[in-house]
Parts: sequence; structure tokens; C-alpha cells
Amino acid sequence: MPAKLIQANETPFNRVDVDPIALDIIENALKNARYEMDTVLFRTAMSPGIREQHDEFPMIANVEGKMVVGQFGSFIHGFKEAFNGTIEEGDVFLTNDPYACNGAVSHINDWLVLVPVFKDHRLIAWAAMFGHMTDVGGKVPGSLPTDARQIYEEGIRVPVTKIFKKGELQEEILELVLYNCRLPHWNRSDFNAIIAACRTAEKRCVEIAERFGDDVFYSAMDELLERNKRAMAQLIKNTVPEEKQYFEDYICDDGLGMGPYRIKCAMWREGDKVKFDFEGTDPQSISSINFYLNEEMFKMFCGVYMIMVFDPQIMFNDGFYDLMEVNIPAGTLLKPMEPAALSCRTHALGRIFDVLGGLLGQGSPDFLCAAGFSDSPHFMYSGYDKNGEWYQLYQIGFDGVPGKPSGDGPDGHSLWPSFTNVPNEFLESYFPLRIDVYETLPDSGGAGLHRGGNALRIGYRFLEPGEISIHDDRWLTYPWGVNGGHPGQRSQKILVRTDGTEELCESKCDRLHVNAGDLLYFDTWGGGGWGDPFLRPTEQVAFDVDAGLVTVEGAKKNYGVVINADGSVDEDATTALRAQMSSDRGDTKLFDKGFESVDELKARCESDTGLKAPQQPRFETWVDVQRQRVAG
Amino acid sequence: MAYRLGVDVGGTFTDLILVKEESGDTFSAKVPSTPEDSSIGVFNGISKVCAEAGIDPKDITHVMHGTTVATNTVLTGTGANVGLVTTKGYRQVLQIARSFVPGGLGGWVIYNKSLPLAPLGLTIEADERMSAGGEIVDEVNDAQVREELSKLKDKGIEALTVCLINAFANDANEKRIAELAAEVMPDIPVSLSSEVVPEMQEYERAITTVANSYVRPRVEKYMQNLQTELSDKMENVQLHVLRSDGGLASSAAAKSYPVNLLMSGPAGGVTGAVWIAGQSGYKNLLTLDMGGTSTDVALVQDGVAQLRRETTVGDVTVRASSVDVRTVGAGGGSIAHVPELTKALRVGPQSAGAAPGPAAYNKGGTEPTVTDANVMLGYMPQSVRLGGDMEIRKDLAEQALQSVAQGLDISVQRAAEGVYDIVNENMFGALRLVSVEQGYDPRDFALIAFGGAGPLHANALGKLMNSWPVLIPPGPGVLCAYGDATTRVRDEASRTFIRRFSQTSTDEVAGIFEDLAKAAAQTLIDEGVPEDEQVAGYEVDIRYQGQGLLLTISVDLDELRQTGLEAIGKRFDDQHEQLFTFALDAEQEVVNLRAVVQGKSAEVKAMTLEEGGADPSGAVIGKETIHVEGTDQEANIYDRSKLKSGNQIAGPAIVMEMDSTTLILPGHTGSVDKVGMILINPNE
Repeated sequence: MPAKLIQANETPFNRVDVDPIALDIIENALKNARYEMDTVLFRTAMSPGIREQHDEFPMIANVEGKMVVGQFGSFIHGFKEAFNGTIEEGDVFLTNDPYACNGAVSHINDWLVLVPVFKDHRLIAWAAMFGHMTDVGGKVPGSLPTDARQIYEEGIRVPVTKIFKKGELQEEILELVLYNCRLPHWNRSDFNAIIAACRTAEKRCVEIAERFGDDVFYSAMDELLERNKRAMAQLIKNTVPEEKQYFEDYICDDGLGMGPYRIKCAMWREGDKVKFDFEGTDPQSISSINFYLNEEMFKMFCGVYMIMVFDPQIMFNDGFYDLMEVNIPAGTLLKPMEPAALSCRTHALGRIFDVLGGLLGQGSPDFLCAAGFSDSPHFMYSGYDKNGEWYQLYQIGFDGVPGKPSGDGPDGHSLWPSFTNVPNEFLESYFPLRIDVYETLPDSGGAGLHRGGNALRIGYRFLEPGEISIHDDRWLTYPWGVNGGHPGQRSQKILVRTDGTEELCESKCDRLHVNAGDLLYFDTWGGGGWGDPFLRPTEQVAFDVDAGLVTVEGAKKNYGVVINADGSVDEDATTALRAQMSSDRGDTKLFDKGFESVDELKARCESDTGLKAPQQPRFETWVDVQRQRVAG
Repeated sequence: MAYRLGVDVGGTFTDLILVKEESGDTFSAKVPSTPEDSSIGVFNGISKVCAEAGIDPKDITHVMHGTTVATNTVLTGTGANVGLVTTKGYRQVLQIARSFVPGGLGGWVIYNKSLPLAPLGLTIEADERMSAGGEIVDEVNDAQVREELSKLKDKGIEALTVCLINAFANDANEKRIAELAAEVMPDIPVSLSSEVVPEMQEYERAITTVANSYVRPRVEKYMQNLQTELSDKMENVQLHVLRSDGGLASSAAAKSYPVNLLMSGPAGGVTGAVWIAGQSGYKNLLTLDMGGTSTDVALVQDGVAQLRRETTVGDVTVRASSVDVRTVGAGGGSIAHVPELTKALRVGPQSAGAAPGPAAYNKGGTEPTVTDANVMLGYMPQSVRLGGDMEIRKDLAEQALQSVAQGLDISVQRAAEGVYDIVNENMFGALRLVSVEQGYDPRDFALIAFGGAGPLHANALGKLMNSWPVLIPPGPGVLCAYGDATTRVRDEASRTFIRRFSQTSTDEVAGIFEDLAKAAAQTLIDEGVPEDEQVAGYEVDIRYQGQGLLLTISVDLDELRQTGLEAIGKRFDDQHEQLFTFALDAEQEVVNLRAVVQGKSAEVKAMTLEEGGADPSGAVIGKETIHVEGTDQEANIYDRSKLKSGNQIAGPAIVMEMDSTTLILPGHTGSVDKVGMILINPNE
């Protein structure tokens, strides 16, 4: 049974004409309110993941729950379908369970708060926000166990719960949840901060409705959605071909020694509508790399991507959802069946953006971007320091931004919206750590007319014994290049023990013991290159060499540019070399994935990477049985 | 007889205010600016104002000056070749920055990052290491650093920056490298991060110190030239420069730490506004400075402008205190357009600037701007011109606005009103940022508007904000000059000192405050401000341990000694609750301690207007039909220079002066007070 709205004031809204100027003013005001939500949250949250790295997503939706401003699209529809209770004035909802909200959040570290906004006892809008908690209990610090088989191992699950009931905080519920977390004071502060941010949005919505009138406010939100739909319809028509396009990419492994896992998607247009079909994607994993992908969220990713690539002037919201249809088969990596583990969905979440880029771009190569979104690597370090106090760090890593039509990808930057690094001096002040190296790796960005950004290397020197976790991917498959650009360099992790011995770490591992003095090199991957590297202006290559971002050997091998001892370009030698290399290569490829077949890639895995090739994934039969039951 | 002089160099006019120290009497002058060499205009102005006051320029003892040299150096990318020394492993600190990509989800697709202010090719690593607690892990490897510095020297750097990891906790290694640099490259100015901004966060400290080096040679040269020329004419004159935080710096301090001057221009406007509004009896203000390409807003409480520990110029953001001015890309030259796909009306951020400028100015501009909307609506009448300002062509404005009208399928008049409303909305957003979002109620503030275009939009913004009265001071240029002339010498010293309350004591904190105050006081003594004329204030940045936010709490040192740190913790809780609706039962943590020392403020009397009664008809110079709130209405045009104290101007009305035009809306009245301020209030 879907949720039931109870409101003292049942007066229906009137759809009225909104003056075009007032409409723009209301759009601006809503946009400002959404940014104000960020500001309030950043200033008061405690988890570094939220306040320094900005792993949080605010949204304001109309009375029906369609996102008017925000980033990842609305999940209120899914919530209303799944929640079996009432929605009343003063209620605030909390959940972190992907299975309870149709994937609005995709692992239980993300706490989602939903606030129905009432004015004069009538629902007028929704405010919502979710943020990543450093810890929600479960079997490992950070609550992201790679080897979890079921969601129960990943921490405390909160079904959709009224955490405020008619304005009253349900303290016992909150305490119960916090009791299960390793850093309850962080969670409490982050929870308060998210509530405060949603309250800000609530206040602003009421103010805007007061200023313009409730009916105008209501109608303006509708009109903003329609405006977006009109623009997107045009964009879809202009850019999506009717002929089916296919694209596939892989998650390298599952942390249990199996992989790679295929993500496959087809895209085509039928009339005004664009259709996506993930048929051919591998079944769900027995480990926690599954990504419960909400269809609406995928639409939003897609819409935002198209807008950014083709026409950044368009304001995005949920208005265009009717123009897209998405099929994700149940029981696959992207729609796992309960109680599959979900905590390490970060790899597939990042990879979806690469897949999207490949799908959308192949029809219009001038707008195609290379790969490199790929993943969002995590590093965790915890233990007891010499004063007997518990420390626990969760950090998001960054990589090379892909080469793109507009230019080079920045080195060691974030592809996630408004994420930033944690200052190393902050880490050294609050954790028993010293960051010995913080730099990008020369030649790691894929060569191209527009160079892919270099991978980031962080050298963590541990000052206390403790345990670390590493969650990364793109160590086996490459961030691919496009339009002749080369793939970026793959990721790797090297642990240097105090006696000088070097150990290669698996790309995904938990509870690796480290001693004081050990040094971990956490190297991410480089962005893929864009366009023919032999066409990159020689002075730009020389500039990169002078900056130490490309080596002299790299300039020669990847760009065909010969650099003299004084740093200048040997133009004659370069012209000759480029001509030779260009003719040896032949035509440029639309995609350069860096391998011919999965078998070929696996065969050279150990010699390439030093790590054993993953085994063919083993899938579980109960999923099939249940899926058939659901279908039948 | 001693005189002080405030000088503001604007794009069009140079304004000067001369103050007689003894009496506070003032004299003003306005002369055309001379952009090719701004000192020519300055000296023309000095001759004029001295003639008016009947004094010899030699009687001027202090010259106060707001300068945009540092700002323009960053904006035009014409700074020095800066070399940078980092700790081993951190050479790419500016390249990686904070890994931040602007623009939201997918923003990376269109983001092209600009090059670092200190090129990677001119960045070297030093073999040394400091711990976060300030213990030396590795001493500086002198031989290695010498060798690397020699390489930099050969590459022809013009300024050197040293920013080492954890130098905020201990400056020993940076000092050592400065010594080595003095040996290797004695003529190159060196900026140390531990001196420029001794605070935690390696990227912010590096970019701030590099920016300091980047603008330093040009600022030094400018200051040197000005000082030399002034000294030629005025013997013992002291030159002071307005800092971003609204304080004054000696020319020596300005030359060493020019990163503190990046907001010197806007700070002058705000401090001038604070002073003149004070003369009219208002101390709580929202300031609105609307120019050709952008608008600056700020909040002033009880006569003190809010400060921010951050300054942004172009795409460079540094850690330096500045008046908390928020800038929106909305000015008179902002271009209105209607994108094909969305059919929404957008204004800015593209601007027609001074060239080609608004269409109505007939200098080649064809795109519709905010100014064109104002012209179309009759707010900037073409029928009346004052003092040689430019011709205004309504027909050209109308022609330009056609594109907006057609895009939205509305009349040109309605389109012009739309542009006017949207740009107001953009400024409204900025004003909310500094008020509502910081926990202030705009109804408790007066709105003071200046800049060429501010007074045209001020009345409308007063309505949106509910901030009354709306204050329109005389002459925007004069305002900045007043700001320059009336500010105090100021210096601050700060230190990052991260301790939970339980890890430190009231005595320890008080002791550090005293040391900081001594350091800042010495700067003032060096600038000729005797100790007994100095006032010290103290600030501490606090947060809950684990939080990112810092709230700044001002501290009275005696009170701290009596009531202890706990009382400060309580005030932090209260402020946290006021701003964010909750306080936490978590331990508080001191992060930064700061002492601010100021000289005493100057006595300056405002110029006063003659009494003239309520009737303003003597100042009427014409009539214009204006389009306002959907209808055509007849408005009187007044010449501001003919207004008298006590005049009551009924809206709709237009008040013109040489470099600005004021619009008073129907249903509102502007009263002229004794200092020439127009106070606009809604009619009862």
C-alpha cells in the first residue's frame, strides 16, 4: 500500500498562468535555497566525507515529489510507493536502506532525510538530502566490507522511519540507531546538520510561496519541469540516433578473486523517447560490489550528461523523465535482489558514468568524452592510538579527469560534484599519519590531442599500528581513450614495509594490518586521452614535460615528440617520428579500450600488474529461482 | 597646520577629500582620471583641492589611498614570474589544488582549469620535514636546497615563495630556506607562508603566499613611484594604503604583504558608506555597490563591516581577511538573453563592459544590457545631460531589447521591465547571502546604494528586502575617498593553535594573545602610531572537535582572565544555535587566535547642505515619462547639486548627478538630510 497523505487543508491548488519573469525569479530563488542547504550542512557536519569532501546531495521537489532543483533526481515517488504509512505535517522521514526506497540511496552509509513541506496545513513541496556517514556499524570500521555476502553484515539498516512524528523527535529510535555506530557523535552531528539543511529549504519554500502566492508557487514548479522537458525533447531528437547503440564496460573484480563483471547497455530513440536496456549485464555478485541503480536516478545522470555535453545553459530537473525509459533486469549487478550486499557499490556507480559517456558519445564523436569517471576509490585506516583513543579515517580518492572535447582533463581532480580533498595538514593533525607524497604520476593520463589527467599518488606513512582498507578498481581494465586518444594508466597499491620490502596490495581488501613506519602508495588511475596524440601541438607537449607531467620518454613514445636536452622540441625529428608512428598506427579508433578480449587481458594480467588474474565469477542460483518467481 | 588626504582613483573620475586634522573640516575635488598614468590625475586633483582650501600641498602629512593595482595584476595575469619551494613530495600542491571541479554533476565536461600562479616548471622541492605538532622531523638539507635554488635563479624568477608542510606549526625550516635564498638570490623578494598566513591547510597557505609573490613586484613599483612623486611635492608625507579588510597599511607593509590589498577597492566603498551613513545616523547597513560588470554587497553591523577570512579575485581565492563582500555578475553592462531551448530570460554573467558598452551609449554595442533596460523604461532620461557625460540613445536601447521581446513574445517595454526585475533578483540573492543566510534579519538594516548603477535599483531592492530607509549618499567616487580618509591604521597577527579546551588553559591562551598583540602593535609603532593611541581586540576561531566550521568569537582579554575559556565556549554554543538551530554536547576546540590592533580614528566632519525646507521644486530640471510597475507615469527630474537639506522628493522621481542617477519609485519619498544623503522610505 502506498503512503497516505493526511493534511488538514485539502484545498486543491489551481494551475495558474505564471508570468515568465516571475518564473525565472522563482527558479533562481529555489536554486539559491538548494545552495543554502549545502552551506548549512558543510558548516556543521562532522564526517570529513561530508564536510570536506562534500559527499552529500540536496534536493527540492514539487508537491508530487518531482525534483525541481538538485542533482541526482527525485526518489520521492519510489519512497511513496514503498512506504506503508501516513505523511503528516511535522513528520520527517529517515532511511538508509536501498531496498526500502527503491535505490534512492544505494548503500546504508548514506542517510536520507525527507521533509514534507507544509504551508497553512497543506503540503506544498518536499525537501530532501542524503549524506555519507563515516560509519554505520557492521563488521568493519567504515561499514564497507568488501567480502559481505548479505546486507546484514554492513551495519544498521533503518527502514523508512518517521524520525520526527508531528514535530516530535523520536529520540529512542535515534539513540537505538546511534548505539550501533562506531562514531555516534559524528553521526549525531551529521544527522542534525542534514535536518538543519532541510529545514532551511522548508523555510525558503514557504517564503517563496508567501511572496508569490501558493498557486503561483505550485504552478511555477510545474512550469519549470515542463520547460526542462521541452528543452530535453529537442536535445534528445537532435542527438540520439534511432539506430541501436551498444556499449559495455567491466568492473575488474569483486574482492573475492572473481571478475571481471560486465555492465552492458543499449540505447536507441523511438520518436520522442530514448530507451535504455541493460540486458546482458552480469548477474548480481555474491560480494558487496552490487549497485542498486534507481531507474529515475539513471535518467537524471543521463539528462545531466547530455545537458553538460551539448548545452550547459539548460537547468536540469525531473521534467524530462517521461522522455526516457530504462530497463534494468532484476537479479543483475545493477538491480540485485534482497538481501544482496551493497556497501561497495562505489565502483559500479562510477563506472555507470563511463558507460553513459560511451553510449551517448558514439553517435556524435565530437562530443564524446574519454573514460576516467570509472570509480570513487576509498581508503580507510583505523585503530587505537598511543593514548588508547580510537581513530578512524575514511577518505575518498581522486584520479585523472578524462580528456574531453573542451580540452585536457585536470590532473588528480574530482569528477564528483563539488568534492574536494582533505587537506594533508588536517590529516596529519588529527590522525597518526604523515603524508610523504602527494602528487600526480607523469605519463599516467592517456595521451591525446587533449591529454587525460594524471593519476594521483598519495603516500600514507603510518605512525601507529592499525588496520587499513583499500577499495579501488580499474586495476585490470583501462580507462579507455576515444577518437584516437590512448587509455589512461591503471591503478595500483604498493605497501612498503619498514624493512624495505614491497608488497602489492589487492585493489579491494579489508583489515590489512600495518605497523608504525609502513608506507602505502595509493595510486589511482589516469583519465583516457581524447583525439589523436600526434596532433597535439608540440609546444604543449614540451610544456607538460617541463612541468613534469609527461616524461621525455613519454613524449616520444606516446606523442611522437622529441624533446632536446634543454627542454626544447626537436621539430625535424618530431615531424619524421610522427609521420612514421602515424602510418604504423593507421586510422584512429573511436574507442581504445587497451585490450582485445577479456581472455587476452586476463592472460597478461599477472605479468602486467603483478596480481593474479581473477577467476570466472560464480553466480548464485537462488537469484534465478526468485527472479523467475517474480516474473512468473 | 596638518592635513590628511583621501584619494580614490575610479575608472572615470578621481575623487579627493582633504581633511583639516585640527577641526575635521573637509574640502573635496573631482577631476578626470588618467588611466595611462593614474598619478597625473591624482596630482591634478591635489592641486585643485589645495587651491580650493587655500593651502600649500606641503601641509599634507598623510595620504590615504585605495588601490586596484594588486587586483588588476591578478585579473590581467600580468604578475611576476614566481618560483615556489615546497616540501619534498608536494611539488604539485597548486596543480592538484583541492581536486575541486566547479559546476555540479558533469561540470568536469566543460571545465578547463587555468594554470597555477607559480608554474610547475618553477616549483622545486626541498629535502626537509616538519611534523603537524611542530617538531622538526628532518632539518633542511642545505646543499640540496642551494642547488635547486640556483636552478630557479637561472630560470629568471622575479619573486620567490616558500611554503612547507606544517610550517604553520613551526617556521624554522622556512626561515632557513629564506636564509639560503638570500645567499643564492639576494635581489629576489621572498615570501614565507609562515609569515604571510601562518594557518593550517597547505593548499590555501601556498596559493595565498604565491599570490603575495605574484603581485609583489608590481605593487612595490607602483607604491615606490607614488611615494617618490608625493615626496617631491610634499616633503614629509606618509603614504597609507587601504587593505582588503578596511584597515590602513603603511606603504612598507603594503609592499611586503600586497596579498592583503586584493580587495582594497571594494573595501574603500564599504568603509566610506559606513562613515557617511554614520553621519546620517545609521549603523546597521546592507551595502550595494553596482558597477558596470558586477555588484558587490556587504553587511555592516553597528558600524563594523563583517570580515571574511577569504578573498577571491578572478579564479584565485586566497586566505586573507577582507570585508565580506559578495560579488554577483550583475551590473549595468550585463547582457540579457533568451536561450533557444529553454526560452528563459537570463541576465549576465556576460557583460558588454565599457567597450562596446550598452547599446544606448552608441559606442558599437548591440546586445541588450541592464543599462538599456533602464534607458528604455525612462529611468536614465535622454533629455537631460549633466557635466559632459555621454549621450544616451533610447532608440538604440529599444532596438537592442527587441531580441529579448521576440524571444519571450512580449512587448519591448515588458522585456525591459523583465530585465530590470531579473537583475534585481540576482542582487537580492547576493544580499540574502550576507544577511538572512548569516542569521541577520534584513528589516533591521538600512540599504545603502552606490556605484554608477546602484541608485537606479536601490529603491526596488529596498522593497524586496524590506530594508528601510534606502540611503543614497552623494557621489559614489567621493564616497570611496571618504572611506580612504576616515579609516584607521590596522594590523593583525594570528596563529593556528589547535587544542581541545581540555588540552589548554585560560592562561596559555591569554599569553598567546598578548604575544600576538605585541607583534601587531610593533607594526603600528613602526608606522608612527604611538602605543597610547592604539586599541587592541582579540578573536578566537572555535569549533566542535571534528567539525569543519569555524566560528569567530571576539574576546575581551580581561574578561577572558576572569571568566575563563568556559565562558567563551558557552558563547560559541549560543552562536551555533542562533546560526544553525542546534548546539552539540561535544568538546570545543580552539583553532586560530588573532589579535587586531588599530590606531585611533580621525575626526572628520561631513560637508553640510544649506537648509531648504520641504519643497524641492527649485532643483527640478525637467520631466520624463517613465514606465514603472506596468504603467506609464510622469516623473520630475531633479539636479542633485541643487537639492537642499530638508527637501522632500515625492516618487516617482529621478535625481541626477554627474556620475550616478537615482530612481525614487511611486509610493515612496526621498528626504534630503544635512549631509546630502537621500533617505527613501515608503509612504505611510
